[in-house]
Amino acid sequence: MTTLLYDGSFDGLFTAIFEVFEYRYKDVEIVSRERFYQENIFAEIHEVITQNEKAERVLNKLEQNIGKSGIHELLKVFLSEDIELEQLILSAVKQSIQHPDKNILQNYADHDMLKISKIGKSVSRERHRMTAFVRFEKMQDDVFFAKIDPDFNVLPLIRKHFKDRYQDQKWMIYDLKRNYGILYDLENCDFFYPDEKLDLQKYQQKFHDEETQYQTLWQRYFTRTNIVERKNLKLHIQHVPRRYWKYLTEKN
Amino acid sequence: MNFERLKEKLEILADAAKYDVSCSSSGGSRKNKKGALGDSSASGICHTYTEDGRCVSLLKILLTNHCIYDCAYCVSRSSNDIKRAGFTVEEVVDLTINFYRRNYIEGLFLSSGIFKNADTTMERLVRVAKKLRLEENFNGYIHLKSIPGASDELMQEAALYADRLSINIEIPTESGLKLLAPEKNRQDMLNPMKYIQNGISQYKDEKKIFRKVPKFAPAGQSTQMIVGATNENDLQIIKVADHFYKNYNLKRVYYSGYVPVLEDNRLPALTTAVPMLRENRLYQSDWLMRFYGFKAEEILDPNMPFLDLEVDPKLSWALRHLHQFPINLQTADYQMILRIPGIGVKTAQKIVSARRFQVLTIEHLKKLGAAVNRAKYFIDFTAGNIHLRHLTDINLRKLLIGGSTSKFQNQFSQQLTLF
Repeated sequence: MTTLLYDGSFDGLFTAIFEVFEYRYKDVEIVSRERFYQENIFAEIHEVITQNEKAERVLNKLEQNIGKSGIHELLKVFLSEDIELEQLILSAVKQSIQHPDKNILQNYADHDMLKISKIGKSVSRERHRMTAFVRFEKMQDDVFFAKIDPDFNVLPLIRKHFKDRYQDQKWMIYDLKRNYGILYDLENCDFFYPDEKLDLQKYQQKFHDEETQYQTLWQRYFTRTNIVERKNLKLHIQHVPRRYWKYLTEKN
Repeated sequence: MNFERLKEKLEILADAAKYDVSCSSSGGSRKNKKGALGDSSASGICHTYTEDGRCVSLLKILLTNHCIYDCAYCVSRSSNDIKRAGFTVEEVVDLTINFYRRNYIEGLFLSSGIFKNADTTMERLVRVAKKLRLEENFNGYIHLKSIPGASDELMQEAALYADRLSINIEIPTESGLKLLAPEKNRQDMLNPMKYIQNGISQYKDEKKIFRKVPKFAPAGQSTQMIVGATNENDLQIIKVADHFYKNYNLKRVYYSGYVPVLEDNRLPALTTAVPMLRENRLYQSDWLMRFYGFKAEEILDPNMPFLDLEVDPKLSWALRHLHQFPINLQTADYQMILRIPGIGVKTAQKIVSARRFQVLTIEHLKKLGAAVNRAKYFIDFTAGNIHLRHLTDINLRKLLIGGSTSKFQNQFSQQLTLF
């Protein structure tokens, strides 16, 4: 058994996968350094140094077999932070190289490929929910600020959506759980990684004068558009799971 | 801006608009221009859900609930003693923009009571859309409720700024409409719809020749029918929907179970339950027509004018056509797989995809997301299927009902609860 340790990045993972083939490892596991603790003392450790060229070579080959959308599926598995993510992606690459003429991801009868499809679905669902449930609050400095803490790391998947939509206002979306965010300043739309967690208490006091009023209007609208005679809380919760409520203006 | 007054107006005019069930923000694609606000894509987004479980994707309000008409089923009817209010064009624009900026909504759904006459009202609705597009550079979704009897010129202008237009035909039968809305007539509703339909097809033709043609109602038209306010049957409703899909190219027909809000001897009593289950079955039938290749005549016929409340319409069809089953998953064509009870569009696609790699078993089917408790009686696997012995059983229907629990059980029982 060989354990490949990589730096936790997407390119790092694909460098590791390249090296699995390069060194013809048979019995391997790929683990990110952060998550690694040694339990199998007989395992041989192989340190992977991320090399973009190696990752590119695997990705290019893959793209020929499974297309851009296939790569996107694997990216979603990566962002799911699933504990089997490395094993699943390695399995997809291996199978794809064995069957270059087929899109192996469509073999839903295979255990690993079905799992990839399921994880992809979950991540997509949360991506979609984040495009829906982000609530911006206007600050004194005219920045529209939103905080999220999704189960999966979907921020990279929603950047384009918000960038296309809000081009004439400054905005910022901050992932509380992973401590990073996206900032758009009317020119650039980039990720930022603060050294310390943002002090929300302090930030929250700097609401723009009109902010609370629009929040009230929205809450009133939300209440009034409901038809009491058709109440169906089970369905409501199915659509808006409780874990998202704390960030929804209309639920507070 | 006077927020207290605005809040009050919003409460009144959201309350009055809530019976319109359409909430879709899909079907339009309006790319954001550089530096502007808003972008709508084909799929649409539900930003939240009300406690009744319905999607909130648009700011759905009336411009005013003053109305010269006295339709029995409508809360805003002229004889109803309620608080009246009206927004200014600026107020609607301001609310839309500020809600959109905070990511609460995909856009605006604007309807109105009819004040003065059809054209004055329609003109005001169009002015809101125009201001949003031209002055605020807004590229979000706009759905305008057209006013029956509005002139062609105004419809033309409306279609240039709105993504979707709709006119509710309200009551499925003409006799029902006469009874409940004697001042309205069907033709006033159909004419603007026909005008827009012609405009859309003309737009499509021109688009083939010229690259830059201004968008014309890009998300098409929809309509809504109230179910259960008069005594129409489901066959009539489905036929009307089918007629609109075929002859008016409508994108959607919505069905709205009548919520008794008014005392009137022409209407069901105030204690009547909302026919939720019937409404649900109608939507299921609608889906069968739009996505599953079923014809209206296959779903119901004159001998059976009501939808089965116990089983869904596809299962009901299958039980009446047992001779077409079992269906072999490995060889049947996609259209036939779609007709198997318990298998939806996504699962059917996955089946067709996966069977190229290997022979499918019932275990695979489970994992692909089929409702196997229903599907298993109708499918033949290459390795055989023990459940098939029930296919010819006269008790198959009972077996199927027993094998599943409806989410509507108790909650939306059609029977009156006495205590």
